[in-house]
Amino acid sequence: MGARQREISVSEFFTKNRHLLGFDNPRKALLTCVKEAVDNALDACEEAGILPEVTVQLDAVATGHAAVPAASQATRFRITVMDNGPGIVRQQIPKIFAKLLYGSKFHRLRMSRGQQGIGISAAGMYGQLTTGKPVKIISRTGPKAPAHYFEVQIDTKKNEPLVHENKQIEWDRPQGTQVAIEVEGRYQKGRASVDEYLEQTSIANPHVRLIYRTPEGDTKEYPRAYHELPPSPREIKPHPYGIEFGMLLKMLQEAKSQTLSSFLSSDFCRVTPALAEEICRVAKVAPRAKPRDIRGATAETLYQTIQATKIMAPPTNCLSPIGEKAILSGLYKQIKGEFYTAVSRPPSVYRGNPFIIEAGLAFGKPLDSVTKAEKPAMPLAEGEQEEGDSELARVIRYANRVPLLYQQSSCATFKAVLATTWRNYGIAQSRGALPAGPMVIFVHIASVWVPFTSESKEAIAEYDEIHKEITLALRECGRRLGLFMRRRERAASEYRRRNIFELYIEEVVEACNRLKGGKLPTEKLKMQLQKIASSRTGGLKTDETLGKAGTGPEGLPHSIIVNAEGLEGEALPALDVSRSVAEALEVPAGIHHDEKQRASKGSQRQPGMRKPQKKAIDKIAAVTPLRQKASTPRMRADSVRSPRKSHPTGKKR
Amino acid sequence: MANMKRTMNRSVEKKLIGLADLVINAAQRAKDPTMAIPIRALSNVTFNERKGLLEMGQKKQARSFFNVGMAKKFMQTMLVADALSELQRAELTTSLREIYYRTKHTIQDSHENTFDTQDESDPIIEDLEVSLVALREELHVRAENGGSVVGPLVLGDDGDRVDCAKLGKGGYSVPSIVEPEYVEIRRCTADFVLLVEKGTQWNRLSEDKFWRRYNCVLLTGNGQPPRGVRRMARRLHEEYRLPVYVLVDNDPWGYYIYSVVKQGSINLAFESQRMAIPKAKFIGLSSADPERYELPRNVGIKLNEKDIARAKELLNYQWFQKPAWQAEIKRMLASGLKYELDALANKDFQYLTKKYLPRKLKEKDWLD
Repeated sequence: MGARQREISVSEFFTKNRHLLGFDNPRKALLTCVKEAVDNALDACEEAGILPEVTVQLDAVATGHAAVPAASQATRFRITVMDNGPGIVRQQIPKIFAKLLYGSKFHRLRMSRGQQGIGISAAGMYGQLTTGKPVKIISRTGPKAPAHYFEVQIDTKKNEPLVHENKQIEWDRPQGTQVAIEVEGRYQKGRASVDEYLEQTSIANPHVRLIYRTPEGDTKEYPRAYHELPPSPREIKPHPYGIEFGMLLKMLQEAKSQTLSSFLSSDFCRVTPALAEEICRVAKVAPRAKPRDIRGATAETLYQTIQATKIMAPPTNCLSPIGEKAILSGLYKQIKGEFYTAVSRPPSVYRGNPFIIEAGLAFGKPLDSVTKAEKPAMPLAEGEQEEGDSELARVIRYANRVPLLYQQSSCATFKAVLATTWRNYGIAQSRGALPAGPMVIFVHIASVWVPFTSESKEAIAEYDEIHKEITLALRECGRRLGLFMRRRERAASEYRRRNIFELYIEEVVEACNRLKGGKLPTEKLKMQLQKIASSRTGGLKTDETLGKAGTGPEGLPHSIIVNAEGLEGEALPALDVSRSVAEALEVPAGIHHDEKQRASKGSQRQPGMRKPQKKAIDKIAAVTPLRQKASTPRMRADSVRSPRKSHPTGKKR
Repeated sequence: MANMKRTMNRSVEKKLIGLADLVINAAQRAKDPTMAIPIRALSNVTFNERKGLLEMGQKKQARSFFNVGMAKKFMQTMLVADALSELQRAELTTSLREIYYRTKHTIQDSHENTFDTQDESDPIIEDLEVSLVALREELHVRAENGGSVVGPLVLGDDGDRVDCAKLGKGGYSVPSIVEPEYVEIRRCTADFVLLVEKGTQWNRLSEDKFWRRYNCVLLTGNGQPPRGVRRMARRLHEEYRLPVYVLVDNDPWGYYIYSVVKQGSINLAFESQRMAIPKAKFIGLSSADPERYELPRNVGIKLNEKDIARAKELLNYQWFQKPAWQAEIKRMLASGLKYELDALANKDFQYLTKKYLPRKLKEKDWLD
């Protein structure tokens, strides 16, 4: 019996349990491979401080001697992902791409897309398993360095790389890495597709320029909408609240410090020497004791004491939130709507791991589709109704800027969206369902360690702290949406009122005329009635609120962007703008001040964008001074003036 | 007679044109055109105990044009008034449904219809009846021929002689307008009028020639009797002094049908003067009958929640306050069952004709 017992290598384990890593079916496998490669590329660029430019290419590949099938029929694909990152040094290449659980990200506490170092090598392993082809890598660390070409496979028994090919080649790119993996997969558009993943990636990463060559031969470009790299997150030491007992034992054994108190204060964050002494005293352990000697009951007492001691929350500079402004530009870039908002919550902590929740919301329909619907085809018969919208909101979820596409319903973010009472904000919602309406809800969790429910990183576990933060962020978004909806509703109902009268006056006048035998001066009566109607519905003022004098049909400009201060775009008359500006200025700068500042520096105008977008960028720029220079009185005048300048109908007011 | 009709038309047409004047005058004075419409609801109905009928009160509701909630109704009212005056000029009669179609169109430059369903136009016609104090017949609107009559009765309709004793078992279909100008009662030798709720039971009685044996006029309204049937009963009652007996199912709706025949309806209280028969008697089915006529319990139907709620409402109506009626309704509630007239067939197909009604009449077993 004993002879049959033997070690199982990680690679062997995952070969048999590939669903754990997201390779359950060919369609998902294709997505997972793309995802892992893109995540790695983005992480590498950002760490090196390079604005990422990533090209993703999918090619259908023939099996055996058959001809290359159409993309929708193909069962084999070559995934090529190329970035402009720092490149990888030659010696590391085989291990990174052909050894599971090898990476730079697992052992440190710092926010990044990848966490365990399984991703890309697992994708390579999956390719090897299904097609037998090695992973092909080209990497160059700089214009002066040579480009290296590798073909690697993984030895699944030993979990070690096998190098098939290794040579220097000519490469037209000055720097970067290109990975090509051939895998069995299926290409299908729609929900949880590669297309959706890349689109969502571009929403949450507006600083990335993404080029996607689809297997059908199209090229989609997601341009860069935000020209600043997210700040590089710092690495932190573990927080004492975040470790398990076993982990503490291990750390004690491996400690480099000579004494327990210095171990506590140097290997954990937020433990000062004084606090370390205090812990030792309460736990009745000598502060001078060697960490290695602490075992068993003593260690357990120590662990419990640490958990019971009040320790400051971990530092949050290890996190790099997307930022409200970047979320806005990302949403605006990819989703057409009428209203956008974004909220970044202050950092919070679960089990000693700091995290930040960000939420965003895009609401409404693009203007062109609205006007199209405005023209009715034919009069309605009895029993017919105008088709209402029963569309439900779409939730897009992110963890450390990576879109999550599977297992929506078991994700903490999705549950929080369901648990939010959207009806309070004027959005219809059936019991236990998503809110209804043309709406995209964006939720992002940034953390040094995102608590996924499984290794395939599809859903976020529902810690109370996380749930609470998501809910708070969503509520804030909802409140702003509610404000927008109410304002729009008010204007629309006023418009409707007027419209009703104008509509019916004609009918009433005609009926009167017929009753009087057709001898009525109809124009005169019509004028008289219209005058009454106008005086009863607020006259010119309504025209103005409705924007009838200027922009869109319902008095709404193409889109409105609301920022954290609740300041709204074009729907507000100039007077109101200055008032809310003044109010906003009186509010002391929030906890987040530094982040906002950083975020607001970006957003230069990008040439060649579609027109309304330009307008929106203007708006962002117009709002910027408020956040940045809230304290200097000289800037006030500027900041008040600038929104007016950008106001297209400003001269009328 | 033609002249009389003409003059009546004139006055109705004037009233309709008055609505146009109301709008024109208000517009000249920059006022909101507003019409007052008497409220047709229980709150505006009183029971005149002396006369034994329902009368409409004085409460009115303003309907103004420049009010978002009423603008559409106002516009619709004008359209219906226009259609009605067209009928007057052309001397045509029409149905409620036709009025609906006549006034329905899509408003210019929009995709809104003036009326979406007939449910919107019907109440407006009633509104106009009440506020212009014009009868529906005078407005030239007829309902469907909702009832039948058979018996020793000779009528004149459009110059034709209609002998209701010689119309087989189908009888004469009662038009919705039976005013003397339209339908003339030439002769009636009956002893009483029996108004039956259900067409099926009227058919039974007609087939069995019940009317010949007991010398009566058989009327049915197929459910809630339409105006024509009620008016016909009233005329026979008034002009020939015939007692009227009402035979309905034993349920709250049956009781209410009886009360409408007797005192008038809440909705059309303004017509009670002309329609109600305060001396009408309730001959059955009474909640006491199942026991008296030994109907088995299994032919009863359990009262549902709506029935119970309706019965309790009836208990509160002023015109159901007589002790006999309170006892009648409470007995039904206590038994928890309702009985259809058809249930009598459980004993014998001709039980109604041969046993039930003869005994009722002989014993003078009815409620007032």
